[in-house]
Amino acid sequence: MLAALGLLFFLLPLAGLLVRAPWDQAVAGITSPETVTALGLSLFCSLAATAVSLVLGIPLALVLSRTTGKVRGAMRALTTLPMVLPPVVGGVALLLAFGRRGLVGSFLYQAFGIQIPFTTTAAVMAETFVAMPFLVIAVEGGLRSLDPRYEEAARALGARGWMVFARVTVPLLRPAIFSGAVLCWARALGEFGATITFAGNFPGRTQTVPIAVYVALETRPDSAIILSLILLAVSLAILVGMRDRWLGEP
Amino acid sequence: MSLNAHIKVRHNDFTLDVQLAVDAGETVAILGPNGAGKTTLLRALSGLIKIDGRVELAGQVLEDSATRLRVPTEERHVGLVFQDHVLFPHLNVLDNVAFGLQAQRRPDAKQLARGWLERAGLAEKAGSMPRELSGGQAQRVALLRTLATEPRLLLLDEPLSALDVTIRAEVRRELSRQLASFGGVRLIVTHDPLEAITLADRLVVLENGRVVQSGTPEEVTARPRSRFVADLAGVNLVRGKGRGDHVELTSGASVAAPDAGEGDVFAVIHPRAVALYLSRPEGTPRNIWQGEVEDIDLHGERVRVRVKGPVPLVAEVTPAAVRELGLQAGGAVWVAVKATEVSVYPA
Repeated sequence: MLAALGLLFFLLPLAGLLVRAPWDQAVAGITSPETVTALGLSLFCSLAATAVSLVLGIPLALVLSRTTGKVRGAMRALTTLPMVLPPVVGGVALLLAFGRRGLVGSFLYQAFGIQIPFTTTAAVMAETFVAMPFLVIAVEGGLRSLDPRYEEAARALGARGWMVFARVTVPLLRPAIFSGAVLCWARALGEFGATITFAGNFPGRTQTVPIAVYVALETRPDSAIILSLILLAVSLAILVGMRDRWLGEP
Repeated sequence: MSLNAHIKVRHNDFTLDVQLAVDAGETVAILGPNGAGKTTLLRALSGLIKIDGRVELAGQVLEDSATRLRVPTEERHVGLVFQDHVLFPHLNVLDNVAFGLQAQRRPDAKQLARGWLERAGLAEKAGSMPRELSGGQAQRVALLRTLATEPRLLLLDEPLSALDVTIRAEVRRELSRQLASFGGVRLIVTHDPLEAITLADRLVVLENGRVVQSGTPEEVTARPRSRFVADLAGVNLVRGKGRGDHVELTSGASVAAPDAGEGDVFAVIHPRAVALYLSRPEGTPRNIWQGEVEDIDLHGERVRVRVKGPVPLVAEVTPAAVRELGLQAGGAVWVAVKATEVSVYPA
């Protein structure tokens, strides 16, 4: 009985979204300039955040999986903190670090005249901050279950560090990297709190789909519902695409 | 070219302490029960774990704890073949064999790899993925992958034990051919006496991290100095010439065996496969000899009866059978062994 109530609790909001959707205006809503702009920006930012996460996150996972003891505990805590931290707090923290008067930001501004907050770069950084832990955790898990003898065999065959990494470690980690990247991208796509705090709400520059939904809800509720449906469709597509990995028995 | 090593590894309360000298062209088998430290020894020689002591190969010092010298694995030119092949699952057979050559930056790595596969009769498997290979094929590819890098020292970790019994003999034959054509130092690690005896010129018996005995297979099995070797000596092993359907021993006796082949061979008969009778049995066993009970040895629920005769054998029977037949030392007895229970391997 309580289980049914629990299920219903998940089902009703979805049903509400689907029932109240202005289906007759759906096509017009999706093709409206505001929607297209927000969608394009969201795609760009989330993909950029995923790319940055891959470049920085895979080496980080590698180091994490090979350290032990207290250092590892501290590194892990630091890496996973953004997963539990309220995103708004993350945004404030980013602002304090990279803002015009921030730790690094003041230097960047004085030395190079670079301002990061409230730019598309800031949106990408905010999404990376929140989403990268998902990739790191997935890749680290993959590394821990990787048979170390593949790398040993490669070394015994004369392969040096970089060749072992590029031709043995990374290919063997492909499933973990792939599912980590998908999770990371999905999280980046839905990011709201850190982005609006650190990057603000500028259409075409930092207004991603979640922010557009929030803003539109007050003035144009129909278009907010349509944007929500788009995000829902993306989430469903990810769920279905990854069903072998996440859902049910093999 | 030779290997000279003194290896000490301490791991919790286990200590490995082994002196080893192996010449090129000689195959040495490190034989010992599980947990004796065999794999640790191979990992130490290939530089995967740090040691106390010294490893010298072909005049070059690879590791010396006294001078803190340590050549990393990838620069040792040491070929390590793992027990369960460890082929790279994401690379096809050709790329697996070419991997080590590419690590050496050979521009013709793929052609060379193809050549190795062709000579081994595996050319048509070049495009296959490792998971599509049989256990025997995978083991052969793993060996080729290592041989292709032309190592100075070849280390084989239980090369046959992961294989199905039915194909072991075939892979063993191929392996001894490959070993014979490899010019470097050859070291095999195994817990299987048959594997050791049929592949190696010299045995080094390792127990609890120490060498307990070494010598030719005949020397080692003739005077067991440990329980493990005694058990291994418990296998009936005779040497002779293959004559198609039987093996001719130097004593003139012959042992019927299917696929005895030609040339120098070992024939192995497990004591469990030897049956004893008071009068000449009539039945299917092709090997029937009359002999004399030499001694009777009780091992718990089993009795080992040593029989003198044209082919000296040990039979393993139950205490009840010994009582019923009234067996005692000096008594006459008939011995029967089915030909199909005789395993023959090239010497």
